[in-house]
Amino acid sequence: MSDEFLLQMQDVSKTFPGVRALAGVNLEVRPGTVHALMGENGAGKSTLMKILIGMYQADPGATIILGGEKVDIPDTAAGLGLGISMIHQELSPVPEMTVAENIFLGREPVARFGLVSRKQMVSSCRELFQRWEIDIDPRARMRTLSIAQTQMVEIAKAISFDSRIIIMDEPTSAITEREVEHLHRMIRQLKSTGASIIYITHKMDEVFNISDYVTVFRDGQLVKTLPASELDRDKLITLMVGRELTEMFPKEFVEIGEVVLSVRNLHRGSVVKDVSFDLRRGEILGFAGLMGAGRTEVLETLFGVVAAESGEIVVDGKSVRIRQPKDAIDAGLALLTEDRKLTGIMGVLSVRDNMIMAALPRYSPGGMLQKALIEEVCQDQRKALALKTPSLNQHIQNLSGGNQQKVLISRWLLTLPEILMIDEPTRGIDVGAKSEIHRLMSALAKTGKAIIMVSSEMPEVLGMSDRVVVMHDGKVSGIVDRADATQERIMQLATGPAGVTGPADAA
Amino acid sequence: MSTTAAAETRTKFDRGAFVRQYAIVGILVLFVLGLSLATGGKFLQAQNLLNVVTQVAAIGIIAIGMTFVIITLGIDLSVGSLLAVAAVVATSLAQIPSDTAKFPNMSFSLIIPIVAGLAAGAIGGFTNGFLISVFKIAPFIATLGMMSAARGLALIYSDGRPISRLDPGFNFLGQGSIIGIPVPIIIFAVVAVAAHVVLNYTRFGRHVYAIGGNEQAARVSGINIKRATIIIYTLCGLLAGIAGIISAGRIGSGNPQLGTGIELDAITAAVIGGTSFKGGIGTIWGTVIGALIIQSLNTGLVLLGMNDFVQMVVKGAIIIIAVILDERKNR
Repeated sequence: MSDEFLLQMQDVSKTFPGVRALAGVNLEVRPGTVHALMGENGAGKSTLMKILIGMYQADPGATIILGGEKVDIPDTAAGLGLGISMIHQELSPVPEMTVAENIFLGREPVARFGLVSRKQMVSSCRELFQRWEIDIDPRARMRTLSIAQTQMVEIAKAISFDSRIIIMDEPTSAITEREVEHLHRMIRQLKSTGASIIYITHKMDEVFNISDYVTVFRDGQLVKTLPASELDRDKLITLMVGRELTEMFPKEFVEIGEVVLSVRNLHRGSVVKDVSFDLRRGEILGFAGLMGAGRTEVLETLFGVVAAESGEIVVDGKSVRIRQPKDAIDAGLALLTEDRKLTGIMGVLSVRDNMIMAALPRYSPGGMLQKALIEEVCQDQRKALALKTPSLNQHIQNLSGGNQQKVLISRWLLTLPEILMIDEPTRGIDVGAKSEIHRLMSALAKTGKAIIMVSSEMPEVLGMSDRVVVMHDGKVSGIVDRADATQERIMQLATGPAGVTGPADAA
Repeated sequence: MSTTAAAETRTKFDRGAFVRQYAIVGILVLFVLGLSLATGGKFLQAQNLLNVVTQVAAIGIIAIGMTFVIITLGIDLSVGSLLAVAAVVATSLAQIPSDTAKFPNMSFSLIIPIVAGLAAGAIGGFTNGFLISVFKIAPFIATLGMMSAARGLALIYSDGRPISRLDPGFNFLGQGSIIGIPVPIIIFAVVAVAAHVVLNYTRFGRHVYAIGGNEQAARVSGINIKRATIIIYTLCGLLAGIAGIISAGRIGSGNPQLGTGIELDAITAAVIGGTSFKGGIGTIWGTVIGALIIQSLNTGLVLLGMNDFVQMVVKGAIIIIAVILDERKNR
């Protein structure tokens, strides 16, 4: 046992009923380092981390050594007590409480008579935010925050425990480049205090950007731990998937056809301002921008989730009125929403029901379901998309993120849309499934469908789009052709007119 | 997480799912056998069994409506009161002509009281659905208000007294038999089969599950949530109306106090039958068996000589156990 390591997890196995999630894993983390964990979904990273924070118990025989001492972590309170905190992938704020209340949830500062001191809570929170340069009002209600801001609050909360080990499970899946930069700065600062960060991510760039060590997991086993300096992208992907990935972005050349959707002066409150653009057959139109720029809102408005206040939507030369999603579906639009869990899957419903839901009118003339036909088309989709599920009766919540996403893609393909709008197509999805979904998008474009893709991942935007609409503050700040699209150009447009509204720490 | 791997190991035969699905039938059988032994065979006699099922008809029909509502993450507390409204409205139109009748010396064909009773229940249910979907009032609150208001209306309409001296044709709906099968059982069976078909073979049925599974996602999928919600609560009220007519027919009068507390029996039946309070899960046949279990319990405890008070305690315990089991199986 040496002091070389802050944390050693030895012989950790974890068996769930019917499945071995971890098999004899040995993880060693050095103090003051960023240690990235990589691997496809289901590889065992999250399970290992949940054991570390005390959420799960490892199978007998495992040893955890923290700072040279053997420790027991029977529950999350014990984990926090030992200085281990975690930012979960799925955020869990209490929406009706204020930011400060969320940060100090369960450890509220107590004043006289055992009452909670709101004042002290707010001032401590403000101190914390100042130290980490977070620009959020501690008194704001959590539900009024954007996803990105919520994420920053969660990060601040984890840091506020003064932990020795901070686990971050895909902390950047919901935040923009600028906030990623901010987070990385915070991480470097944390490192300098001797804390170690265990960083779970699917994003390659990040790994090389900030990590000192990388551990790769595959199928419940630890494949290898290497210093980041000895790795490159290809080598890492090979370790992760155990096979060569041919191409990250299987963008195919497609003949661009006539205009199928024209949006003119679309307006909705302060979130969508005077948005105009054209979409052509066979085209993948990327939507880039920072969090809160209004990209998701444009899609929601087009789809009638929230109706537009003014503006014209022309589909196939005909002006259409869209006041509810049904109108949009009838007009040939489809919307794959950003938040799979919140607005996508119906968890306890079967894969079959989830697939057919949006296309029901087509398969239930007179209101009666055509069960045999539904079975047939769903089986076809299952094959076509190489869906991994034991049966169509399986509850969709038991599928992996990538497979859930495929079911949702099927849901919309079955409505036979001409225009497919996809919001964050590969968020929280592992590398293998990611490129499958990209390939599928390319294939759809090839059949003449028009695709709008909102994405916060720059490589995805650059890799998949024929043109990129860049948004800033609810407005279109520029439309860039594929040939001219560079990271710099898009970031420039996304951060707004130079020197006018750009915040001081803009990337 | 390793959900894919977990899912793949379940490909062959899912013993857990099988047990979950049919455990309830086993419980019913054990229940009936246990009660038979305890009552020295009295429980298992044909007459008693028919009694059990006849008595369960009203609870069962209401529990079916409740199943629709609970699947969509709603609740309907007003069913007992709507049952009473339907009962007094129907019976007031089914009295034998006399000076003291609600409508003195008037006689209506049998279809009138039936339609009026059903309409009364449906209108109450429609109002619930409207309040919930248009004014966005929580189902618990909207139907709590309706529970009180409708009971009040039933009492006002009947002057607080049972409406009696009914046309034998009307009483037939609660007391009669066709080829030896009590009419309430026939109506219950028809309602159950129809509800099963609606839930499993129609577009509307899918909408019900979708709304309970994830209302936001259902909306984005083009489902008209408002319309579906109104239909569901109207249906629930309509079924309360059917139960009201049967109940009034059984006792031969329209008592404005009918159906008091029946919402709890109906909720219990649905929950024992596997309808989840987390939405999106529930079956009609599960609810039917749940209703049978409740009624067996009611009758069985009476045969065992236990009083009402004990029954209430046992029922309370059962609903809590059912929910605990539901929590565990969905984990």
